[in-house]
Amino acid sequence: MNFTLRVWRQKDASDPGRMVDHRADGIIPDMSFLEMLDVVNQKLIEKGEEPIAFDHDCREGICGCCGAVVNGTAHGPLPATTLCQLYMRHFRDGDVITIEPWRAKAFPVLRDLCVDRGALDRIMYAGGYITVRTGSAAEANAIPIPKPIADRAMDAAACIGCGACVAACPNASPMLFLSAKVSQYALLPQGQPERELRVKKMVAVAEASGFGACSVHAECEGVCPKNIKLTFISKLNRELIRAHLKS
Amino acid sequence: MAASQTEALSFFSTTIGKKLIMSITGAILLCFVIVHMLGNLQVFAGQAKLNAYAAFLQSLGGVLWAFRALMLLAVLLHIYTGLTLWFQNRASRPIRYHAFTPTKSTISSRNMMLLGLALGFFVVYHILHLTLGKVHPPFDPADVFTNVVRGFSQPLIAGAYVLAMIFLGLHLYHGVWSMFQSLGLTADRFDRARRGLATLVAVALTAGNISMPVAIFISNMPR
Ligand code: HEM
Ligand code: FES
Repeated sequence: MNFTLRVWRQKDASDPGRMVDHRADGIIPDMSFLEMLDVVNQKLIEKGEEPIAFDHDCREGICGCCGAVVNGTAHGPLPATTLCQLYMRHFRDGDVITIEPWRAKAFPVLRDLCVDRGALDRIMYAGGYITVRTGSAAEANAIPIPKPIADRAMDAAACIGCGACVAACPNASPMLFLSAKVSQYALLPQGQPERELRVKKMVAVAEASGFGACSVHAECEGVCPKNIKLTFISKLNRELIRAHLKS
Repeated sequence: MAASQTEALSFFSTTIGKKLIMSITGAILLCFVIVHMLGNLQVFAGQAKLNAYAAFLQSLGGVLWAFRALMLLAVLLHIYTGLTLWFQNRASRPIRYHAFTPTKSTISSRNMMLLGLALGFFVVYHILHLTLGKVHPPFDPADVFTNVVRGFSQPLIAGAYVLAMIFLGLHLYHGVWSMFQSLGLTADRFDRARRGLATLVAVALTAGNISMPVAIFISNMPR
């Protein structure tokens, strides 16, 4: 298969950047999107040009490292799929494919398709943990948790923190990520002692990072590779209201 | 997590707090719009009925003014908070995408500000037209029925009302759906019911309100 890639190229954080066309020829349909980029990069390197910088790690859809906005959709056209799990057979031979980095004030572009998602880490530092003395792990069955609640917490904990929700949101809002992280603790007994403080602190850090508000466009739900539901944002709102009412 | 580490912003300075203001003021406006329509539909019961209803509202005196003050407060808060959020949302993506392919957002959701501003201008025009009688004289404060019929018999005026009500429907198609989320009142199993309710409210309000200018315009067309 042959494609024309229209890719965002930007040398470093201070470069204004621009869209550049690259050829992607001789692509095997069962290559992943990232493998296709590898092929393009190999040719660029052989020509003595700069390869396209992009983030990746596991390439099996679990680490949350990869991601780009492909033809206007974060992680490309397939629902519930990370970019590394998107295959070239989902495109048509000869397609022009636009590839852009996550765009948000809170996610400055470092180079080409690589952005700084540190803002999400800082939200986690603010409360994405439980405070316990470490030691040998406690017996897993010591705290009984009803199955539906464990399942719901797991639905939230499936978030891999890729940032696609921010990238897809017309407001660049992190609420799907934030709500999943707040909910996974708020649902479980281990999260109760710091429940109110956690949501306040995580929201405070998110609010100070330059993100937008949730307007319930649902674009985040539409692109989330882990199918996190919009209703978690509603739970986040409840959690914050509850925390303020209690204090 | 020591309490001293907390830098919790006070609730209403957060976007979540601001959205709560949007939803509460939006809900107040929504209740008003529903009651307003039900009252006005009495225009189909004839001149005496509608004018009696108008006279009854006027007779409320202080209650009427208290109600008007509440509505004014709700509208101003809704607009101010909406603008604040809108500017923040714009600023959060300084460099826009070359290509944007929506997955789940709607024409309504992406144009809430435009629709809302149009509604704001319409409300001012509507008050000038049928409450104060400043824009399309003659106007008789004691004969609401005739004022309405005279206005809606003109194609431009009837058309402006129809257009505004389509905007209202679009604003509420997203607004009602969004409102429950801002209030924290959703669950996956109610998702479809919530969508249905938003659609029902939007369609019912638009159709009900539009029926008045359309019926009056048609029945007064020169034959
Ligand atoms: C009849 C008048 C109006 C009614 C019934 C109404 C109702 C609503 C409702 C129910 C919402 C949803 C709130 C939420 O998401 O929680 C909303 C949102 C919104 N309204 Fe209105 N509204 C009206 C007029 C206006 C006006 C005049 C403006 C002009 C500025 C406006 C701007 C907005 C905006 C921007 C939002 C979206 C806020 C966001 O999602 O961030 N509305 N409206
Ligand atoms: S590279 Fe790990 S999720 Fe795509």
